[in-house]
Amino acid sequence: MTLVAEEVRIEVPVSGSPRRGVLSRVFGRLGNGFMQLFLAVVAVFWLVPVFGLLIASLRDEQANTASGWWTIFTKPAELTLRNYAELVANQAVWQSFLNTFYIAVPATVLVVVMASLASYALSWIEFPGRETLTVVVVGLLVMPIQVALIPVAKLFGAFGLFGTITGVVLFHVAFGLPFAIFLLRNFFAGIPRDLIEAARMDGATEWVIFKRVVLPVAKPAIASLTIFQFLWVWNDLLVALVFADQDSAPITVALRAQLRQFGTNIDVLATGAFLSMIVPLAVFLVFQKYFVQGVLAGSTK
Amino acid sequence: MTAVALRDVSLVYPGGAVAVRDVSLSVADGEFMVLLGPSGCGKSSILRMVAGLQRPTRGQVVLDGAPADDIPARSRGVSMVFQDFALYPHLSVADNIGFPLDVSGCPRDERAERIAEVASAFGIGDLLGRRPAELSGGQRQRAAMARAIVRGPRVLLMDEPLSNLDAVLRSGLRAEIACLARSLGLTVLYVTHDQIEAQTMADRIAVLRDGVLDDFGRPDDVYRHPATMHVAAFLGSPRMSLFKAYVQVVVDSHVALHIGGQVIDLPWPDMRARAVAHYDGEDIAVGARTEALRPAAPGASGAVLTGQVRHLEHHGHETLVSVDVGAWGVEPSGLHELRTGELTLRVHPDVRPVQGEHVGVHLCLEQLHFFDLDNGRRIGPRGRRR
Repeated sequence: MTLVAEEVRIEVPVSGSPRRGVLSRVFGRLGNGFMQLFLAVVAVFWLVPVFGLLIASLRDEQANTASGWWTIFTKPAELTLRNYAELVANQAVWQSFLNTFYIAVPATVLVVVMASLASYALSWIEFPGRETLTVVVVGLLVMPIQVALIPVAKLFGAFGLFGTITGVVLFHVAFGLPFAIFLLRNFFAGIPRDLIEAARMDGATEWVIFKRVVLPVAKPAIASLTIFQFLWVWNDLLVALVFADQDSAPITVALRAQLRQFGTNIDVLATGAFLSMIVPLAVFLVFQKYFVQGVLAGSTK
Repeated sequence: MTAVALRDVSLVYPGGAVAVRDVSLSVADGEFMVLLGPSGCGKSSILRMVAGLQRPTRGQVVLDGAPADDIPARSRGVSMVFQDFALYPHLSVADNIGFPLDVSGCPRDERAERIAEVASAFGIGDLLGRRPAELSGGQRQRAAMARAIVRGPRVLLMDEPLSNLDAVLRSGLRAEIACLARSLGLTVLYVTHDQIEAQTMADRIAVLRDGVLDDFGRPDDVYRHPATMHVAAFLGSPRMSLFKAYVQVVVDSHVALHIGGQVIDLPWPDMRARAVAHYDGEDIAVGARTEALRPAAPGASGAVLTGQVRHLEHHGHETLVSVDVGAWGVEPSGLHELRTGELTLRVHPDVRPVQGEHVGVHLCLEQLHFFDLDNGRRIGPRGRRR
């Protein structure tokens, strides 16, 4: 928690310029202190439940039912990795974990690839009806996912996609695209026109412009989109619950199946939930390095 | 040999705004042509049409004698330098310059060689490893120009390449660009709103206004015999003084020009006097640059106007004196504003006229310009060929 607060500290020049008065310096420091305090509180709010989940996943079932996770501070010896060992050994859970991968990775890759291609065309290639098409595609954002469940389920049934991983992926791709195109098109359209035209004058084809100018410049937007899309698909329960069968169920569905009316089953749930959190966290950490500011710096005046 | 030609080219935007109207223009091989005009006059649109980035609404762009309408920008063999440089921010200077070579599939060793060659020609040989963000404005512009010529283009287009740089850099680069273009034998179309750039760099100037080609010719000719009032006012610093004069013909003797309450006479044998004589009983516009004016002793004879010193501008090496001779000024934009026309007189800095003082100004008749007030056209024989 301290670490989080450290990272976002706003640099206030400590020595300051001589013209700054005592009052403004005091308020500056005070403001800085408040900011850190505020961020620390936010961090605590977010981290305490996660921490609780982690501890719960590390205690056995009896301990979890007998006392709350916070008692761990007085009895650290209770901690064990047995829950994880059991979970990984459980073939069904392991399979659902893999299923999540099989769903999330293609659903993310397809959306990012298709959306970036579409966004390039919608922002930089002139063709009749471009504006209308853009409005229609982005307008699909208002379509709630729930209204499509039953019609699409019927459609999938007719095509033999119901209960398959392909079906789940296709649904995610279809419903991920409007937002993805909205996000990327806005970013692409913000790339200076001269940059695209310079590439055109340098002899580049549209494909080369896309690959060698637009994609590198749009890294931050593509990284954000990747993270968003991956998280949504990874954490999705509704779509998988409707379209996946027992063999293609992802971890979210598998964990839900562990819920019992009587008894908490907390050792399985906490462990599974924590395990399923690690991957998105890793994805986030990998892609966040692309969130560098000023990618376009130096390109134009 | 004509490298670039425009044939009755017009560009109308979907909203109906006309950017370029029936412009015909030809640029010879190896010629440095400057398109000059105020912002919004259509000069950049012309450049974009030659580049292939914009399709003309009517008319034809001809490159090397062949219509270029259906050739996409990337295949025209035309390079362009953009006003705001447009360097690829994620690539080093070397890769920026090498980009056109990569695209055309240039072999590796040749690529390195040509990058080094062009970079050293522009004096950025030691900056090849840097990113554009780490360059100064002048260095960025050099990198952009290096990228534009590395491929050996047939035609180089430049869209106000110096307008984002400070004054000192600008004058240095001006000479450098002109020199380099000539030594490489490049055909250049150069767009600017800066008349000094036009005068100093161009083989020929095309002056545009509201999408129409107003004047076209060698810089000296355009300066000395501007085709219209607008061109006259646009070229030259300080600006040409333009004022209204009433024409009265005394047949076989002279043509009297009534300027305010004063009169100057054009002798009848003067060819231009005959042309001006057609405006007998009407008003015309008279233009005088500072070099047509010199101080005159009060009461001196000849074409002398007297007036009051309104305003002084000390430039160090010279002093510009605005003299109000009681004439109506003329605005080339067509609005005949009711303001006084002032003559701008150039005097030695040691001469210090006082504001409000009465001075005499001698006008050199040969260097006066006469314009029709209705259409702004020059009156009289042009004295030059296009």
